[in-house]
Amino acid sequence: MSSREKILAAVKANQFSHAELPDLEILASLTASNDDLVVPYTAVASAGGSFVYEVADYEAIKTILQKEFKAGVEIISGIRELPGYTFVEDVRHQLSHSFANVELCILPSALGVAENGALWLTEEQMVVRVLPFIAQHLAVVIHKTQLVPTMAQAYQTIGSASYGYGAFISGPSKTADIEQSLVIGAHGPRSLSVFILP
Amino acid sequence: MKVALFVPCYVDQFYPKAAIATLELLEKLGCEVHYPKNQTCCGQPMANSGYEHLTGGCNNLFIDNFSGFDYIVCPSGSCTLHIKEHLHSNENEGLATEIRKRVFELTEFLVDILQVKTLEASFPYKVGMHQSCHGLRGLHIAQMTELVAPPFSKPTQLLSMVKGLELVPLSRADDCCGFGGTFCVVEEAVSSKMGKDRVNDHIAHGAQYITSADLSCLMHLEGILRRETSDVKVIHIAEILNHSI
Amino acid sequence: MSSTTTTTKDHPQLAAIFNRDEPRVNWHDETLWWVRAKRDIAAHKLPEWELLRETASQIKNNVLSNLSSYLEQFEANAIKNGVIVHWAANAEEHNHIVHQLLSERGINRMVKSKSMLTEECHLNEFLAQRGIDVIDSDLGERIVQLAGEPPSHIVLPCIHKKKEEIGDIFHEHLGSAKGESDPKILTETARQHLREIFLTRRAALTGVNFAIAQTGEIVICTNEGNADMGAHLADIHIASMGMEKIIPERKHLGVFLRLLTRSATGQPITTYSSHFSKPQDGKEIHIIIVDNGRSIQLGREDFRNSLKCIRCGACMNTCPVYRKSGGHSYHTAVAGPIGSILAPNLDMEKYADLPFASTLCGSCSNVCPVKIDIHDQLYKWRQVIVKAGYTPKAKTIAMKGMAFTLASPTLYRAAGKMGRWTFKHAPFAVNNGANPWYKHREMPKAPEQSFGEWYAKRKENKK
Repeated sequence: MSSREKILAAVKANQFSHAELPDLEILASLTASNDDLVVPYTAVASAGGSFVYEVADYEAIKTILQKEFKAGVEIISGIRELPGYTFVEDVRHQLSHSFANVELCILPSALGVAENGALWLTEEQMVVRVLPFIAQHLAVVIHKTQLVPTMAQAYQTIGSASYGYGAFISGPSKTADIEQSLVIGAHGPRSLSVFILP
Repeated sequence: MKVALFVPCYVDQFYPKAAIATLELLEKLGCEVHYPKNQTCCGQPMANSGYEHLTGGCNNLFIDNFSGFDYIVCPSGSCTLHIKEHLHSNENEGLATEIRKRVFELTEFLVDILQVKTLEASFPYKVGMHQSCHGLRGLHIAQMTELVAPPFSKPTQLLSMVKGLELVPLSRADDCCGFGGTFCVVEEAVSSKMGKDRVNDHIAHGAQYITSADLSCLMHLEGILRRETSDVKVIHIAEILNHSI
Repeated sequence: MSSTTTTTKDHPQLAAIFNRDEPRVNWHDETLWWVRAKRDIAAHKLPEWELLRETASQIKNNVLSNLSSYLEQFEANAIKNGVIVHWAANAEEHNHIVHQLLSERGINRMVKSKSMLTEECHLNEFLAQRGIDVIDSDLGERIVQLAGEPPSHIVLPCIHKKKEEIGDIFHEHLGSAKGESDPKILTETARQHLREIFLTRRAALTGVNFAIAQTGEIVICTNEGNADMGAHLADIHIASMGMEKIIPERKHLGVFLRLLTRSATGQPITTYSSHFSKPQDGKEIHIIIVDNGRSIQLGREDFRNSLKCIRCGACMNTCPVYRKSGGHSYHTAVAGPIGSILAPNLDMEKYADLPFASTLCGSCSNVCPVKIDIHDQLYKWRQVIVKAGYTPKAKTIAMKGMAFTLASPTLYRAAGKMGRWTFKHAPFAVNNGANPWYKHREMPKAPEQSFGEWYAKRKENKK
C-alpha cells in the first residue's frame, strides 16, 4: 500500500461523525458597511507602514512619484495610464532574476481591504510574480470604489476567480524578529505607496 | 435555605479563619449553614496530577457528606470547579449530578443566589484583587481579559460594598500566581517566579492586602511575601466581607 | 517504561536553568506579554471577535470530520493546477521526498522559509548529512540557525535572543561591525546576505498556512516576503504541509486570515498572504502532504481538536509558564501549551513532562483563535500519561497514600492532629532546603486548631 493510501485509510478510520460547515453570512453582514472606506483604510494602512495618497488623477500620481524617485532609477509600471516607465508587459519574458535592481514597481489592484490595509494583486496584474517582492519600493494604484470593509467581503469579491498566483499585500516588507522592534524593509520592498483614485 | 459548608482540606488545616468567616457571613445573611463533619478533600490534588482514577473514594465520601442540601458553598473557586467538573460516582451518579448543580463558590453564591446588594462590612485598606484562574476561567466569576466581552466581576462587586476599602489596579489583571497544585513543587523555579511577579504587581500598586476567592493562590503568595519579609498580607475575601470595625 | 532511560533534561530542569538569570526571565516575560497585549488590542477592535473564533472552530470541526475527502479533493484540484502532490506517512518519508527532489535535479543548496513542520521532521539535519545546504530565510530562523539552535517560538523564532547576542552572531557569520546591535542595521545586513541567497538558489522550500480543498491552492503568510522571494526565483518550489492545514473553501480564508495575525502579533494581517495555485511557466510546484502522527491524533477523541491549530503562537505569549521558562525548555519543535498537547502524541514517554508544565490556568484556551480546549487537554494528557506508566513510581505511591487518607475522615482527622497531616504530604514537606516549596517560599503557619476542631467546640458551647 502506498503512503497515500495508508494515510487516507488511517484518516478515514479515525475521523469522527459529520459536523456541518458554519454559515458565513452573519459575519459578512455584521461587517458590511456603506461608509466611506478611504478614511479607515488610510488609518490602518498608515499604521502598517504604508504611505497612502488620495489623488484626483494619474497626473497627481506621476507628480508624487517624480518627487519621490529621482530620474534614472529602474522603474517598472503595470499601468498604461502612467507612461514613461518600462511597461511590465514588455519585460514579461525576462528572467525573474533580472529584476534584482528594480527600484520601483507600480502595479494596479482592483481590491483593497479597509480593516487591514491589504491590496489584492493576482498574477494578471503583477505579470511577473517576483516583481512586487524584488523591487526596492512598491506602489499600488486602486480606485476608491474597489475598497471593501473586511476580508469577508474581499473573498466574496474574489469568488471563484481563477489565478495562477495572487497575494494580499498590506504594507512594506517588515520584521520584528529582533527583540520585537519593528524594522521596515526585510527582504521585499522598503516602502509601499498606495494611490487611491476616485 | 439549607446550605452545606464545604471547607477544602488545606483551608481546614491552615486557614480556619477563612472558613469561620465564610460560616459567619452566610449565617448573617440568613442561611441555615451545616458543616458535614466527615468531609475531607475534593480529590483535586490527585486528579490534577493525573490520578483522577484514584479519586473514587474521595468522590463517594463527598457524596455521603453533601447530598440533600439546597446549596453547597465553598470558599475556594478551584475546589468548587473540581466538584463541578469531575464529581462522578458509579454507585450514585444521580446524587453526584445533583451536587454538581448545587455547588457554588462563595462570591458567586452571594451575588447570584443570595443577590446581596449591601454588606455591613468595613475594611479601610488598599486591597489588590488576585483573580484565581479556576474561579475566573473555570467558574467565570469575573470577565477574562482574553475575551472580547463586557467586563464584570462578582468578587469586586462585593468588595465595592465594603466601607473604606480601596481596590488597587494591577498591571496584569488576571495572570496566574503559579501555585497549580503539585506544579508548585514539580516546577519549583517557574512557580515561585510566577508568584513573585504577582506579588510585585500588587506591591507596586500600593496594596496593603492581597485578597482572592481562592486560598490556594493566597497560600502561595503568602509564602513569597513572608520570605521577602514584606508588610503586605493576604486575606481571603470572606474575611473582608465579614470584617467590621 | 521508566523515565531513567532518557538522558535529556526535562521541562522542570530546563526551566530551572532558564530561571538562574532572573533579569533575563523578566525581559523574556515582558517581551512576550507585550505581544499578548498587542493581540488584546487587535482583538478588541473587532466586536465580532468571539463569533469569528467560534466560526473558525466550527470550520475546523467540519475539516476534521471530513478530512479524507477534503485531502482527496485538494489533491485532485492541485494536480489539475499542474502541481505535483506527494504523500509522506512520517518525518523520514517527508525528508526522503525532499532529498530525492533535490538530488534528481542536481541541487545541493536550498533556501527555506519558515516551516514548523520541517523543524518537526528535522529536515535541515537530514539534508546536511547528505551534503545539501539549507539556508533559512526568515530573519528569526536565520539567526537561530547561525546560532546552532532550534527556534524557541513558532512565530518569533529568536525571541529568546537579545540584540547584542544577535549582533555578535552577525559579526561572526555575516561580517557586520563588531558591537553593532541596532535592529535596523542588523536587519539590513541580513537583507543583503539573503538577497544573494534568493538569487542563487534553484530550490525553495516553504511551509503552508492553509490548503484549500475546493481550489487546490495553498496560502503562505509572511511579513518579510521571504517565502515569495524564495519561491518565485527558484526553479522548484517545494511546499511541506501537515495534512490538517486543509480548509474546505477559499471563502473560509475570510475567517482565518482575520484571526491568524491578530492572534499572533496583533497586526490586522501579515504583510503578504500569498496564494499559490499554478506553477510559473517552466517551473515546478511540489506539495508534500505529511501525516507524521496526525492520523493517530485524529483518532484520539480527547485530543483531536489539537489538529485545529493554525500555529499563531498566541497560547505561548499568554502562557505564564512559557514566558517564564522559555521555548527551549519544552525540548520539542512546537513549544508552549499547544506543543505540550501535540508532542505526547508523537512520543508519550519522551514528552511525559510537558502536560505537567502548566498550572491549568486556562488562558491558552481563551486566546486560541480556533478555540482548542488546550488546558482541558493538558489535564486529560496527565491522566493518559499516568495510566500508561510514564510517571515516577514515588509519585504514584505518594498519590495512592494521599487518596487513601483523604477517602477516610478518621484517617484524615488523625493525620491532621499528628501535626497537620498536610505538612508531611504533598506539596509541603519540612522546612529545609530539600523541600522545593521552601526554596523561595515560607510554609503556612500552622493554626492552633483546624476549622473542624473549632466547629466541634463551637457546637459544644452552643449546647
